Amino acid sequence: MSETTQSSDSYESAANRAERVAEFEQHNRGFVGRLQHILHLNPSFVPLIVLLGSILMFGLLLGSKFFSPFALTLILQQVQIVGIVAAAQSLVILTAGIDLSVGAIMVFSSVVMGQFTFRYGLPPTIAIACGLAVGTAIGALNGWLVARVKLPPFIVTLGMWQIVLATNFLYSANETIRSQDIEAQAPLLQLFGAKFDVGGAVLTVGVVFMLILVFVLAYVLKHTAWGRHVYAVGDDPEAAELSGVNVKRTLIQVYALAGLICAFAGWALIGRIGSVSPTSGQLANIESITAVVIGGISLFGGRGSILGTLFGALIVGVFTLGLRLMGADAQWTYLLIGLLIIAAVAVDQWIRKVSG
Amino acid sequence: MAEDRGTPLVELNDISISFGGIKAVDHVSVDLYPGEVVGLLGHNGAGKSTLIKCLSGAYQKDSGEIRIRGQKVEINNPRDARAHNIETIYQTLALADNLDAASNLFLGREITTATGLVDDAAMEAETRKIMARLNPNFRKFSSPVSALSGGQRQSVAIARAVYFNAKILIMDEPTAALGPQETQMVAELIQELKRQGLGIFLIDHDVHQVKALCDRAAVMKNGKLVGVVNVDEVSTDDILAMIIAGKKPEHLAA
Repeated sequence: MSETTQSSDSYESAANRAERVAEFEQHNRGFVGRLQHILHLNPSFVPLIVLLGSILMFGLLLGSKFFSPFALTLILQQVQIVGIVAAAQSLVILTAGIDLSVGAIMVFSSVVMGQFTFRYGLPPTIAIACGLAVGTAIGALNGWLVARVKLPPFIVTLGMWQIVLATNFLYSANETIRSQDIEAQAPLLQLFGAKFDVGGAVLTVGVVFMLILVFVLAYVLKHTAWGRHVYAVGDDPEAAELSGVNVKRTLIQVYALAGLICAFAGWALIGRIGSVSPTSGQLANIESITAVVIGGISLFGGRGSILGTLFGALIVGVFTLGLRLMGADAQWTYLLIGLLIIAAVAVDQWIRKVSG
Repeated sequence: MAEDRGTPLVELNDISISFGGIKAVDHVSVDLYPGEVVGLLGHNGAGKSTLIKCLSGAYQKDSGEIRIRGQKVEINNPRDARAHNIETIYQTLALADNLDAASNLFLGREITTATGLVDDAAMEAETRKIMARLNPNFRKFSSPVSALSGGQRQSVAIARAVYFNAKILIMDEPTAALGPQETQMVAELIQELKRQGLGIFLIDHDVHQVKALCDRAAVMKNGKLVGVVNVDEVSTDDILAMIIAGKKPEHLAA
């Protein structure tokens, strides 16, 4: 923000201290205060720096093998599914909730899209609409249980994860719909996998969808009353309610929207792997939470940016590809991701302490 | 006396509310006229905050009725209360800590542009205007309210209550976090709002403050109404006696 605001801020904090230490303290508090101020206004700042730093590091270590349009867009393709699911997860975590059922909703929605087309012979557009509706409905049910029945989000979505996954296997009879069949009879299901080349960079519809989704959500969260209510509900639901925010409705909308986004992820999943497989995407819930946490969104709710989540997902993608190109054991990736998660939460706590 | 002033702004008639078998408010009736300040007094747990939360929509009464300007109304949530121009300053302030002053002031009632987007510039400008009146030293417009001092937070909560043209104002210990100077400012604000014809319920622990600011005082004990007195007709000792003993002094009992 403006220089005047910052200097008046440090002025005031300095004025509150004893005269003797004012000079030293003002300088010190000024720097920490300013850093805290920047981090508060731009919560995606830290993950962005980590992302650019890791791209630079692997670029220096691997040269053009990594630092090429092809390799960098390959990262986008590899993180698109997690990126979309993590956008849904971000919404829920901003309300101080958590959604463990995101992966299950994604897979089940893709199975509905596939089975409705191939088992019942519905036109792919109708089948896709049904899949999106199913995802939204499951999300809304999560939201209803959290908001109206007042059950903890962790428990609701832990249960829903099992229920949806079991339904997924029972309904699909564990049957995979082959890529060739989809390609021949219902290519619309693979829409998100369509590739186009932009000067060596290979993008897919899924990648473009992920990027547009994140930017639209970021805009909505920042510039609409609804977005502000989402933050307020995560911050302090009681204060939000007393301020006139309809907390229950906001929560149900958030979980329903998360369900819808997961269903879109299910559609994108068919594009990514080609087939409809009820066993795919098993780690999506944990990977999405990882992206959200590394992206700097507070698990306590009410603070963070969905752009950070995108950076968080890309950081994981950069490390995964970079280390693979270096020929390192895949376990090193997990080890580093684990360190990043703990470091990200430590930074979050630090921001809370300084601002508190 | 009641006839002189026409219809009361607020009538709380025979309100009861209990939590798990404990009667927090037990058949209490209080009214409030335009341009009047009614103080609510009592020990902690006497039921004054609970009574007032039935009016602000934070709690739902079990029985009894609420009338606004003579009309029976149902208040099921804080949004209903606002629709009747009832604004509340809660003891807990009810601020969202990570949002800044302007976002808190307009939370739930954001100023939006023609395209439905929030107009942050307009909200900050309005916030600066009202804060210039309430707390001229306030400068932290871009900080989250968690970074503000107790007095600054309190002034944000007060600004929110008076900004939206309230007709009925509920103040639950509005000066609890304030220094003497700021307390004086709130006292002046109450006088000004009173002149504008607002009805104010003021919950306060300070008997002297109630005597100075209020027209009438309603004293509660253990969920029951001990009595309502005109503050000009009683001494602070009389009021204290009502709070402690739970009954009207002899010379007022008739």
